[in-house]
Formats: sequence, structure tokens, C-alpha cells
Amino acid sequence: MTAAPFTPPTRFAVPGRIAVSNRTATTWQRAVLTEIRRETPQVSTFRFAVPGWQGHLPGQHLMLRLTAEDGYTAQRHYSLASAPDDSGHIELTLDHVEGGEVSGYLHTVARVGDEVEVRGPNSGFFAWPGDRPALLIGAGSGVVPLMSMLRHQRRLRLATPLRLFVSARTRADLIYAEEYAAETTPVLTREGERRRLAADHLAPCFTDGAPRWEAYVCGSNSFAEHASQLLVGLGQPVDRIRIERFG
Amino acid sequence: MTGHPTRGFVGRPRVHNPGLPPGQYDAGTDWPVLSAEVTPRIAPRDWTLRIDGLVAEERTWTWDDVRALPTSSYEGDIHCVTSWSKFGVRFGGVSLDVFLDAVRPDPAATHVVAYAHTGYSTNLPLADVTGGKAWVAFTYEDEPLPAEHGGPARLLVPHLYFWKSAKWLAGLRLLDHDEPGFWEQNGYHARGNPWEEQRYAGD
Repeated sequence: MTAAPFTPPTRFAVPGRIAVSNRTATTWQRAVLTEIRRETPQVSTFRFAVPGWQGHLPGQHLMLRLTAEDGYTAQRHYSLASAPDDSGHIELTLDHVEGGEVSGYLHTVARVGDEVEVRGPNSGFFAWPGDRPALLIGAGSGVVPLMSMLRHQRRLRLATPLRLFVSARTRADLIYAEEYAAETTPVLTREGERRRLAADHLAPCFTDGAPRWEAYVCGSNSFAEHASQLLVGLGQPVDRIRIERFG
Repeated sequence: MTGHPTRGFVGRPRVHNPGLPPGQYDAGTDWPVLSAEVTPRIAPRDWTLRIDGLVAEERTWTWDDVRALPTSSYEGDIHCVTSWSKFGVRFGGVSLDVFLDAVRPDPAATHVVAYAHTGYSTNLPLADVTGGKAWVAFTYEDEPLPAEHGGPARLLVPHLYFWKSAKWLAGLRLLDHDEPGFWEQNGYHARGNPWEEQRYAGD
């Protein structure tokens, strides 16, 4: 009774490429809000001092928890926007979601000096340590974990190729607009070119001699489906496409 | 696990909901898609389910084989580790007991690893998928399960966090030990019981 090894027809990104610390993931830590920066009319960046933060990899996320006086708690996963650094600070960039219990609090009630709790970082699946060429595609606030990667590349002056495609409705909706350089192609769907991300935007990354990309896609489910299918159509292997979707 | 109060946070008006595990919120009509991989488009005729490992008789079922088996349904709630819960959903499929009865598990088998056609995997104690607690599900609200939610067929283990309910289910292997799957290797809990908030390894 020997089991024939099961071989799935396709394999996707190898799990466990990046070791995750279980200890930091299970401990709630204090995080003190030190700065709020407006990015777009709907989006702000929240900077926190987290004295016990053990560092993270670009692309990882954390769980943020708020607690009411009566003990009621609400918690949500958010991607880290900041590059890993040794300042003891982290940054989150959040959409103001209509009716959002946690994002609504942070956007309308929270002020500098307030304290929340975080645990993490969590999951190494979507992380990019900077070791392989990165093709990054994000829409809306899906650009947040990708910006952590871009900031990481710049901060360490990595020679690893990195290309970023970021989709937004208008220039005013483009998060981190001032930070993009030649590595980034903004795709505006309701201004200028007025079309969604298409194969011809990405095709120059798939010419002969182009890097062997690790692709990271982040955005709404419909955007993630669209972008990942474009990548497959251009020949990107499915086992080198990592997707982070949000509802 | 009680937190430190956050100034000014009152939260949503709350009605005590005994169906909501700790740390979860009601997602209402939303059903977020949280796959980490490219959604595979698997035609039912290309889909198969294999059960092997510590069993008396390894078996592979085709779509038609599975559809000829007696069906049953799950009506209840589902809970995602990212903190949403969804109430009153209805899935139809075949109880995993039907498949396991056919392969006759070895008494030494204690765990299963469920595999997807994409290469995704997740581990479960055998006791969590027997006794009417797990299904191979292929309908949602009486319609074919959409591809983005794991169609044509997914594992359904509704009493555990939903990452255990592997989409695009391809096989189950019975083992005499626990073996971490995809998210479990990425820091998540080996079992994932929402009522005990088993989110991450060490919880």
C-alpha cells in the first residue's frame, strides 16, 4: 500500500520561502499614533511608534485591534506601507471605507498620541525580500504593500529590477503620486488615457532578455483576476504570481 | 486576550450574536475572495478527486462519479481568519464520510492533508473531517460553485477557519502525523478553531 506521490497539475508560489516568526505574530503590542498624513481625499497614512516591533519584510501585513471601554474589540488585517527600518515606527495607509468600523475610527476619531494594538507581521507569502526581480501591479490601496517593496529597494539601493504598475481612477486618487519615478507606470482609468490596465502596458516587461519576474498583484478581487489573467496571457508562470485580494 | 481601551473607540452598535466567534464581525452579504493564486478554470470533466495515503483502497473519482453519490447540504455560518464571518449560507455536496467509507481509512490514520489543483494544501485532524463535519461542496445557494470560490468543487469544513476549506480540491492524503499545509507553513495555526481564536501558530 504505497501511495503514489500526488502531483498537482500546477504549482504556485512556494510557501515558506520566507520564515515567519510565530512569536511576534501572536503577541499584541502597543502602537502609539505619531502622525497622520493625507495621501488623497479618501486615503491617509497613519504612522505608529511600536517599541517592540521586530521588523518585517515588504509585503507583509499585520492585525490591528481597537478596544472599546466595555471590552468590545474590532480587528482588521492591514498591509504595511513602510519599508523595514530601525526607527521603531511602522506606517499603514488606509482607505476611508464607507461604514468601516476600524478605518472609520482611524480616519475620523483618532489623533496623534492615541494608542491601538497590533500583532504581526503575518505571512511570508506576499513578502519580497529584494532578492528577485519584482513586477508589481496594484490598484487603489492595493499599491500599499507594493510601495513598501519600492521603498525597500530604494532604501537599500538594491540593484534588483523592480517595475510597478499602479491603477487609479484619476491623478488625484493616485496614492503616493509624488514618490513614483521611472520604475512606475500609473494607469488612470478616468483621466488622460482613460482605460484600464491592458496587456500592452505590461508587454514591454516580457520582451526577449527581460528579467525572470516574481509578480505581485494586489487590489480588489476583480482587479486581481484581471491583472493575473493578463500576466498569464503574457507568459508569466502561475507559480510566480502572488496575489493579495481585498473585498 | 482582552485589549487595552482605545480612546474614542466605541465600535458598532452591537446586538449579542451567539453565532459570532470572538474577534469576528458579520460581513453581511459580502463574500470576499481571498485566494493567493491565479484562479484556475477547471472544467468539471477535467476535475478529479483522489484519496490516498493510509487507506485500504486508494480511489480516484471523476466529476460524474461524484455526482452519482448521495448529496447532502450544509446550512449555517462560515468564518474567515481575516475576521469576517458570513451567516446563513447554504452549500450542497457530498459528505466526506461517503468518500472515506469507500477507501476505508487505516486505524493508524490521524490527519489528512487536502490538496488543491493549484498546489495549495492545508492540514486537518481526521476527526475534523469525519462524522458529518465536512463536505466536498459543489453548489452554493443551489447554483454551481463559482470558480473564484473554488468551483467546480471545494472542501467545506465550516467549523474551522475557512482557509481549511481548500478550493479546487484535488485530493486528500491520510497520514499518521500532522503535516503543515500552505498557510500553516506561513505562520497560521495548525487547526484553526474560530471559537478558540486559533489564528496563528502559538495561539
